[in-house]
Amino acid sequence: MQSKTFLGYRRENGRVGIRNHVVILPVDDLSNAACEAVGNNIKGTLAIPHPYGRLQFGADLELHFRTIIGTGANPNVAAVIVIGIEPGWTQKVVDGIAATGKPVAGFSIELNGDITTIANASRKAKEYVQWASELQREECPVEELWVSCKCGESDTTSGLGSNPTVGNAFDKLYEMGNTLVFGETTELTGGEHLVRDRCISKEVADKFMATWKAYDDMVQENKTNDLSDSQPTKGNIIGGLTTIEEKALGNIQKIGRKCSVHSILEPAEEPKGKGLHFMDSSSAAAEMVTLCGAAGFVVHFFPTGQGNIIGNPIVPVIKITANPRTARTMSEHVDVDVSGLLQREINLDKAGDMLLDTMMRTCNGRYTAAEALGHREFVLTRLYRSA
Amino acid sequence: MIHFIVHDEGDSVGVVVVEGVTAQQELTGWVMDQDKTITAKVLNDVPIGHKFALKDLDNGATVMKYDTDIGRTVAPIKTGEHVHVHNLKTKRW
Repeated sequence: MQSKTFLGYRRENGRVGIRNHVVILPVDDLSNAACEAVGNNIKGTLAIPHPYGRLQFGADLELHFRTIIGTGANPNVAAVIVIGIEPGWTQKVVDGIAATGKPVAGFSIELNGDITTIANASRKAKEYVQWASELQREECPVEELWVSCKCGESDTTSGLGSNPTVGNAFDKLYEMGNTLVFGETTELTGGEHLVRDRCISKEVADKFMATWKAYDDMVQENKTNDLSDSQPTKGNIIGGLTTIEEKALGNIQKIGRKCSVHSILEPAEEPKGKGLHFMDSSSAAAEMVTLCGAAGFVVHFFPTGQGNIIGNPIVPVIKITANPRTARTMSEHVDVDVSGLLQREINLDKAGDMLLDTMMRTCNGRYTAAEALGHREFVLTRLYRSA
Repeated sequence: MIHFIVHDEGDSVGVVVVEGVTAQQELTGWVMDQDKTITAKVLNDVPIGHKFALKDLDNGATVMKYDTDIGRTVAPIKTGEHVHVHNLKTKRW
């Protein structure tokens, strides 16, 4: 990595973002139509529709609020319009985002109807987008970047090439003092002892094992077979992965060889300090990246074998593949081709540097493949059924 | 050209990393952790990304990759034979 600085957006709370979105954020499914109408009215804004937010309760409701508020609070977001069906939960989301100091305004639909709400929210959104469009990027130290990782549609080349590439880049970022996260709880099954041994203290290791076991217990209670076709997925199996253990051992390559695990996070929980953190999370791509965005991560490393095409509305997702067939047949989705690793044309140090160079260009403003192709998958994790 | 890669010399399987490998083909492989070059012959067509056995494995044997247990065989497997969901299963689920 040549430069130790990048051009980012310094937010009111001191955090640094690499995008400058004005987000139109629904509290609940009912408010999607109004949010999308505002997004269509006011150019340069981004509506983020989703299917939940009604009759949830307990830990599942807390996760909903943490994810929605965290998404609005993310430093890649300059300002937020919140729309909900009623004023109570709308204000709760507004207050949560307002704690960052960024501009945020809430609108509720009951007693107003969609049309009045859309008119009022559009007027405010126009004000925000004109304000945000004058914000300038400024020089920021690389170590202020919060970087997340999660792989998808993995195959055996993921464990041989693209995941170790992320591991090499994570080792380098860890040494510089960046804030990093990985997750995918069930997808560590078979290698959970390896992650345990990387935890920074016995307390963290014990919490990791308890977290992993709770997720595994849920799988054991609900399974109807050996999870063939679900975990590993059909795509994983086409790509040559056979068992969860084999998939997990490839997955774990993403945390490199030098990083220690500093803390165990709840889904969508913001880490308290720098270093590598583990987030209890789904292994489904869009769920996991959505949780990382909600926890405050601003750029994502996504290694793939067979070619997962995911993006995220607010977090640029950088795709890395070591599979030469995927690099050839799905080139429009690939940001970093490290297939040369498999023929020893490049070594891991070089591959890690290639990824960090692409990260820097992305942070300076270059669109990722997923951004250019319009991938904006935003998927909320549910813990259980609604009341 | 490297046709297959082995993570560790103790592993039971190698991974084909080129397209178009066919039965009876003699392959050149790289053992990553020990940085060695080895050769092997495959008994089946093996697609890119798929595994073949580097040693004979009995039914019920533990299969090693990354120098770690990745599951158990559910059929005897000969050296050079394709290893996948038809003859290897998880021990976890």
